[in-house]
Amino acid sequence: MAKVKDRAPGTAGSGLNDDIGEDKRLAMYRTQVVIREAEQRAFDLFLQNLVKGTSHLSLGQEAVAAGFAGAMQKGDLSFCTYRGHAHTLARGVSVEKVLGELMQRDNGLMRGKGGSMHLTSVDHGVMGSYAIIGAHLPIACGAAWRAQYKGDKDVSVCFFGDGTTNIGAFHEALNFASVWKLPVIFVCENNLYMEYTPIADVTAVPNPAADRASSYGLERIVIDGNDADVVYRTAQAAYQKARAGGGPSLIECLTYRHSGHSRADPAKYRPEGELERWKQRDPIKIYRERLLQFGVSEKTMADIDAEVRKMVDDATEVCKAAPPPPADILTSDVYADGGWAWRN
Amino acid sequence: MAELTYRDAVIRGIAQEMERDPDVVFLGEDVAKPGGVFKATVGLYEMFGPLRVRDTPISEQAILGAAMGAAMTGLKPIAEIMFSDFFAVCFDYIANEFSKSRYMSNGQVKCPLVVRTGNGAGVHFGAQHSQSVENWCMMIPGLKVVAPSSPTDVIGLLAASVRDPDPVIFFEHKSLYASKGEVPDGEIVDQLGTAKIVKPGKDATILALALMVPRALEAAETLKSEHGIDCEVVDVRSLVPLDTQTILGSVARTHRLFTVEENPRLCGWGAEIMSIAADEAFYDLDGPPVRITTPHIPLPAADYLEDIVLPTPQRIAETVRRSLNS
Repeated sequence: MAKVKDRAPGTAGSGLNDDIGEDKRLAMYRTQVVIREAEQRAFDLFLQNLVKGTSHLSLGQEAVAAGFAGAMQKGDLSFCTYRGHAHTLARGVSVEKVLGELMQRDNGLMRGKGGSMHLTSVDHGVMGSYAIIGAHLPIACGAAWRAQYKGDKDVSVCFFGDGTTNIGAFHEALNFASVWKLPVIFVCENNLYMEYTPIADVTAVPNPAADRASSYGLERIVIDGNDADVVYRTAQAAYQKARAGGGPSLIECLTYRHSGHSRADPAKYRPEGELERWKQRDPIKIYRERLLQFGVSEKTMADIDAEVRKMVDDATEVCKAAPPPPADILTSDVYADGGWAWRN
Repeated sequence: MAELTYRDAVIRGIAQEMERDPDVVFLGEDVAKPGGVFKATVGLYEMFGPLRVRDTPISEQAILGAAMGAAMTGLKPIAEIMFSDFFAVCFDYIANEFSKSRYMSNGQVKCPLVVRTGNGAGVHFGAQHSQSVENWCMMIPGLKVVAPSSPTDVIGLLAASVRDPDPVIFFEHKSLYASKGEVPDGEIVDQLGTAKIVKPGKDATILALALMVPRALEAAETLKSEHGIDCEVVDVRSLVPLDTQTILGSVARTHRLFTVEENPRLCGWGAEIMSIAADEAFYDLDGPPVRITTPHIPLPAADYLEDIVLPTPQRIAETVRRSLNS
């Protein structure tokens, strides 16, 4: 905010004297690069059979995570889906913890007990990644209810895909949140495909989330989900509304996943040229161009790229060297006493 | 001491805990202003106000999801699912979410919540409003499962459930709401995972739960007065944790074991106890253990038909007598 406006674009160190500002933009740029590099690494490690089980990547959808996390305050809560690596990383959870969990090592975020689809870091406000479609929308409502009841100022943000808009829990949660005026934000990442099927083939309205908003007394909001600035500004407005007691928002972010639904999916159902067209609108490409226009140097961004790449490389090596989780954690934390005893 | 109905015990139990802890909140369909379809929450809205006692839409997923989100961020919610049959429309939360989140998060996420529900038959509502579904929940790691049979136990076990750090499914029996019992004055707090010997005896152990407890007691009276058979009746009360010490201790004294279960036969709670007894008390038994259950059918609506299929005091007494005499 305090940046000088009259500095010429292209001048080293020139800032952006607007509502977002240079520091925030560089942070959001870095977040997107972290997600891109970590997700690409997860894919590479999968090809080496070092990432086991399933994984769902957010390659191409980085701007949604960066924009929402960028506008969050400490204490705000994120609820993610099984496609949750991006949102977990965006809240500051380390790449090592995330990759460790994907590689099912003892250094993983949940020591291998949750896996790729359930990334959780309560300390970072990541209140879980949920693998049953729609389940976490009502859960986010509950967290928001607590904030409302206790007078806490945090906001619960719930991310989900376009496919979620056709399951019952989505509709129950939206009505519930609206009636109770809860401080919760529902963020639909519309990447055009529910899994393998185009969302348009199975949905009665063109915009699967936004076109349902009026049913719940909410504003119809559709935004460019590949532009972190647009996402950030939309998020800011929704957070402010929620914190002011104005109730929930439903935001549909138009975006595209560069990879298949899960690691098992080569995404051959996509029409020819679609991926290439969306890659022209790659969120990191868009953001680099934006920053260059605003006078951030190539070198500044290259330094960030290199720093992140090294961090991801280092994390990979740490994870490769980490042992698998010990068998003695198998029966821990089933119940609150730390164990699994169901009888005396 | 005062005489209280099971229904009023639910109200007193919830009120006792809401009085004690401002983080206890209560939500469900028709529970606040209307006072509950079974009138088991009358007056709570007036006592604790609209912020703590909340009517919800008919959205069972939203109810249990919201309870979970509130629990994992610091509240102690009590959620009501009107009929336990409706668990089928919100089973994701019971089977996949609040039961597993602690484990999956390696201990980070905590869900101290209570789901209260009207369970069981006897009121002739047919196959979708009369089931005993406690075994649906018993099989899920991470849950605790409780089913009281008396007003005092309702208060004490409800208090224990609200104070418990794990998610608890609390089965109230619809046919017991009008039943009465003497209840001590003052705060009542019981302990989960404890069975109770409600009638001591030496010839056979009869395990029962909820509505089957008074029926087992009636059968035991008949067996004593008409046949001189002295049965010990154990109210299991808590399916998870299961008090196998009390159960197997009783078997070690009586040498015979019967379960009386309202759930349909296959995979009913008694099957697990029989399996434990076969493993650990085989040489204590003087005869085959016997399960008395509802048959493996959906429940019919007609009173005449429903009354036939549930274990009755007569069927219990007859089964025990024949088994002991064979």
